[in-house]
Amino acid sequence: MRVTARIGVVSFPGSLDDRDAQRAVRLAGGRPVALWHADADLHGVDAVVLPGGFSYGDYLRAGALARFSPVMGTVIEQAGRGLPVLGICNGFQVLCEAGLLPGALTRNAHLHFVNRDQRLRVESTASAWTAGFAEGQAVVVPVKNGEGNYVAATAVLDELEGEGRVVARYLGSNPNGSARDIAGIRNAAGNVVGIMPHPEHAVEELTGPGTDGLVFFTSVLSTLVAA
Amino acid sequence: MTTPAADSAGPLPEGRSSVDTVDRAAATPEVAQPYAELGLEDGEYAAIRAVLGRRPTQSELAMYSIMWSEHCSYKSSKVHLRRFGELPKGERMLVGMGENAGVVDVGEGLAVTFKVESHNHPSYVEPYQGAATGVGGIVRDILTMGARPVLVMDSLRFGDAQHPDTARVLPGVVAGVGGYGNCLGLPNVGGEVVFDPTYAGNPLVNALCLGVLPKDRIQLSAARGVGNVVVLLGAKTGRDGIGGVSVLASATFDEDGPARRPSVQVGDPFTEKLLIEACLELYDAQLVEGIQDLGGAGLTCALTETAAAGRSGMRAHLDRVPLREASMEPHEVLASESQERMLAIVAPANLPAVLATAEKWGVLATAIGEVVEGDRLEVLWHGQAVVDVPPGSLADDGPVYDRPQERPADLDTLQAAPTPPHPPGEVLSDLLLRMVASPNLCSRRWVVEQYDRIVLGDTVLAWPQDAGVVRLSEQTGLGIALATDGNGRYARLDPYAGAQLALAEACRNVAATGAVPIAVTNCLNFGSPEDPEVMWQFAEATRGLADACRALALPLTGGNVSFYNSTAEVAINPTPVVGVLGLLDDVARRTPIGFAVEGESVLLLGRTGEELGGSEWAWAEHRHLGGCPPVVDLAAEKVLAEVLVAGSRDGMLSSAHDLSDGGLAQALVESCLAGGPRQDGQPAGVGARIVLPRGLSPFVQLFSESAGRALVTVPRSEELRFTEMCDARGLPCTRIGVTDGTGLEVQDVLSLALEDLREASEATLPALFGPLAGDTAPANPVLTAPATGGLHPG
Repeated sequence: MRVTARIGVVSFPGSLDDRDAQRAVRLAGGRPVALWHADADLHGVDAVVLPGGFSYGDYLRAGALARFSPVMGTVIEQAGRGLPVLGICNGFQVLCEAGLLPGALTRNAHLHFVNRDQRLRVESTASAWTAGFAEGQAVVVPVKNGEGNYVAATAVLDELEGEGRVVARYLGSNPNGSARDIAGIRNAAGNVVGIMPHPEHAVEELTGPGTDGLVFFTSVLSTLVAA
Repeated sequence: MTTPAADSAGPLPEGRSSVDTVDRAAATPEVAQPYAELGLEDGEYAAIRAVLGRRPTQSELAMYSIMWSEHCSYKSSKVHLRRFGELPKGERMLVGMGENAGVVDVGEGLAVTFKVESHNHPSYVEPYQGAATGVGGIVRDILTMGARPVLVMDSLRFGDAQHPDTARVLPGVVAGVGGYGNCLGLPNVGGEVVFDPTYAGNPLVNALCLGVLPKDRIQLSAARGVGNVVVLLGAKTGRDGIGGVSVLASATFDEDGPARRPSVQVGDPFTEKLLIEACLELYDAQLVEGIQDLGGAGLTCALTETAAAGRSGMRAHLDRVPLREASMEPHEVLASESQERMLAIVAPANLPAVLATAEKWGVLATAIGEVVEGDRLEVLWHGQAVVDVPPGSLADDGPVYDRPQERPADLDTLQAAPTPPHPPGEVLSDLLLRMVASPNLCSRRWVVEQYDRIVLGDTVLAWPQDAGVVRLSEQTGLGIALATDGNGRYARLDPYAGAQLALAEACRNVAATGAVPIAVTNCLNFGSPEDPEVMWQFAEATRGLADACRALALPLTGGNVSFYNSTAEVAINPTPVVGVLGLLDDVARRTPIGFAVEGESVLLLGRTGEELGGSEWAWAEHRHLGGCPPVVDLAAEKVLAEVLVAGSRDGMLSSAHDLSDGGLAQALVESCLAGGPRQDGQPAGVGARIVLPRGLSPFVQLFSESAGRALVTVPRSEELRFTEMCDARGLPCTRIGVTDGTGLEVQDVLSLALEDLREASEATLPALFGPLAGDTAPANPVLTAPATGGLHPG
C-alpha cells in the first residue's frame, strides 16, 4: 500500500481547470502530478483527471482534437487495464470523443453558457470516483459549460440505465437539456467516469457551494488504497 | 536572423511598385493626401509635414492618423488628466500612470495591476466581437505588465430595457464578454448592468482585468539595447480592425453604425490563452527586455511606443510579419488591429529560447526587427523604407487641445426641476415590488450565469455581493476586493459630484466586504470633446475625481478616456466609471451582504436626508431626471469605510451592504434574499422586521439615495461593542430592526414575503431576454432571439 496516491492532471492547450483539479486532489489527501498533453508518459500515476476548459480551443468539436494527443493514447490504453480516469466537463467531452464513454455532449439546449450551483443525485456508487457517496445522495456541485447537453441513441441510453451506469443526474432544472437529465456516466468496469459538473469547484466552503465535490477525489483515493 | 520569416525579405515583388516609399515622398511633395478622411485636421497635417520635413508616406500618414487620434493621443483630455498625475502616489504604488496599467504592492512579495478600458463603439456595431475583444484587449494590457490575469469584470450600459435594439445588443455583449473570458479561464467576479435611453445608440462596454505578479517581475515596454531583437508573438496579421481607433473610437456615430463592421476586430480567445501562458513563461525565465501588447493601433502603436519609451532607434521589416492575406499593403499591416499579438524586445542570445517557448505553446513568434543606434523608427517593406520618423513625434508629441468648455445650457433648468410628488405610505408595498422588479434594480442572474465566476478556484465573493473578492494566497488568505461603479444620471446633474459619488460608492462596496481601499482606476465615458458642454462635463468630472482621491488619500493608478459616445447630436449621460481595489489580510474574514441568521440586530450606518434627485425611484416611476444628486461627504465616507473594515476584522459584523441605487429599500431586499444558509445551492433567505425611526416619511427613508450609508447586521453579543465604536468615531448608527422570519416587514408600512420579492426580482430580465437555462415558457417570443453566435460556445 502506497502512503499517498499520485493523481495525474492533464494539461492540454486551453485547459482551464487543471490547477483547480490539482488543488482538489491535494485537499482530498492525494498528491497531484501535472501531466502534459504532448508527453505520452503518465509518470506512474495511480489515476488520471482530464480537467475542464477548452482543449485546443474546442476547434472542430469539443474534445475532438485532444483525443488525438500523445497523452491520450496512453490514457486510453491504461484505462482499458483499469486505470481510474475522471473526465470533468471538457474532460468528459474528451472521453466521449476517445470512445471510452458512449454518447456525445452537444451545445446547451438554450444556446447559452451556464454557470450555477447545481443539485445532483448520485445514481451509481459502483465507480472508482463515486464509491464514497450513498446511492441516491443529493449533492450540490457547480456546472459551467456551453456544450453539456448529453445525447446518445435511445438504445445506448437504455443500456446505460439498465446497467446502472448513469453516475449522476440533474435535480431540479436541467441546465443544458441533457437526455434523461444525465450529468455523468461511467464505463462498464466503473474505472472511467465522465461528469459535466465540476466537483473540483466544490471542495472548500470558502470558494464553493460546499464540499460535496471532494468525495469524488476521496473516493478514488480509497479505491486505490483498497486495491 | 534565425526565423523562417526572415527568408521572405527580399526585393520588392512585381506589382508592388506602387508602394509609397520615403524616397518617393521626398520626390513628390505635391501629391494630395487623404488626411481629412483619416481623421486628421489641417493643422495636424501641416505639423506632420513640419516634423518630417517632407510629406508623409502613405504608411506614415496612416501611423500619424492613428497615433494622433483621440483614442491614442488623449489630445482633448491630456490637459485635464494632469490633475491625476499631480495626486500623491502613496506607498504602495510601484508603477503609476503612463505604463499600460498601474502596479500596486499588496504585500507578501506580491503586486497587483488592474485597469478598465472601454470598447463601446465596436460593441454597438457587432456586440459579440466588440465585447469579446474588449475583454481580450484589457487582458493583454495586464499581461504586458508581467502579471498573470486572474479576474475580469464588466461595467455595461444599454438603452432602455424594452427598446428593441437592446434585445440585439445586450445578449450579444453578454455572450461576448462570457465567450472570451470563459475561454481564457478568468472568473468574472462582478460589474454593472444599467439601462438608460441615452445609451440606446451607444452602449458602454467597459472591461476590467486584474492580474497578480511577484513584485520583482514587473515588465516595462521600453525597447533598449542596440542589437536587441524585436519579436512579434501571437496571431497572424489580417485586415480586421483597420481604422478601429481612428474611425470607430474617435468619431461620433451616425445612423449607419452597423456599416462600419469591417473596423471591428475578431477575437480568438484560445490563441490569447496560449499567448498568456507563453508570455508568463518568458517572464519567469527573464527572457524579455521589454514587452508591449498590440491593441488599438496595432503594430504602429507597439513599435512607436517601445521605441519612444526606450529613447531608442528601431528598424522593422514589415514584410516579415506573418499575414493572413498576402495582398496586404504596408500601411494596412501597420494599422491592423488583429487581436492576440504581443511585441517583445529580446537579447539576441535569448532569441532561440524565446522561439522555443513560443513553439511549446503553439504561439507564432517572428523576429521582425531590431533596436538600432540613433533615434529614428525606420520601417522597411522588401528592403525599401516606407517609414522614417522620430518615434516620439508619434507617441508623445501628438497635438494637445485645451478645448472650449461651456456649462450645459439646460443644467440650471434640470437642477431646478422639482421632484415628483411623494407617494403616500399605503402604496409603498406595491411600489417596493415594482422597484425590485425594475430593470436597473432587478436580479442580474440572466447575465452572470453566462459568466464563469469560479474558475481558478479562488473566488470568494461574486455577484450579487457588493464587490468581487478573490484569494491571492491559499497559505495566508491574502486577497483583494474590487468594485466598479458609476451613475450617469448623477453625473448629468452634476459631473463634479457624480464622479465623486462613483468613487465613494466603489469604496463603500469594497469596504463593505471588509477590505481596505488602496487604489483607484477609472474609465471616463463622455460625448464629443468638440462639444463645449461635453468638455465642461469632462473637466468637472476629472476635477471631482481628483479632489476625491486626494480627500480619501487613494492613489489613482491609471485610467482610460472614451470620447465621442454620442449618436447623431445626442451625447450619452456623462459616465465616469470608477474602480476601487481593496485589500483583505484574510479573505476568510470577508463580510457578505446577506443576513446570516435570524435574531440579529439590523443597523443603519450614516445619515439619511431627503435626497431623491437623480434617484432610481424618480427615474423608474416617473422617467424624471432632475434636481441635484446626493450630497458628497468624503470625510464621512472615510469613517464609514474604517468602521466597516474594523467591524469585519474584529469579527463583529455578520453582514454589510452598501446603500446606493434604490436606497434602503433595495438594500434590505438584497440582504434578505442573499441571506441564510444555502439550500440546494441557493441562499435560503432571511427575513427582517424593521421599525423606521421618527422624522422623515417612510417613503423618503426607504427610497432616498443619501450617500455614505451601509446596512449591517451584528449578533446581539457584539452590538454594544459595535455601536460604541461608531459613537467613538462619530458615525451615526441607528438600530432599525431585527432579522426574523421569511418576509420583509416594515412596521405600519409594508409586509412582503421573501418568495414574492424574489419572484419579482428574478422575473424581469428573463421576460425581456429569454428564459434562464433549464426554464421554459419565454415570456415574450419577440424578445428571445438567441445570442449571436460566438466562436467558442463549448
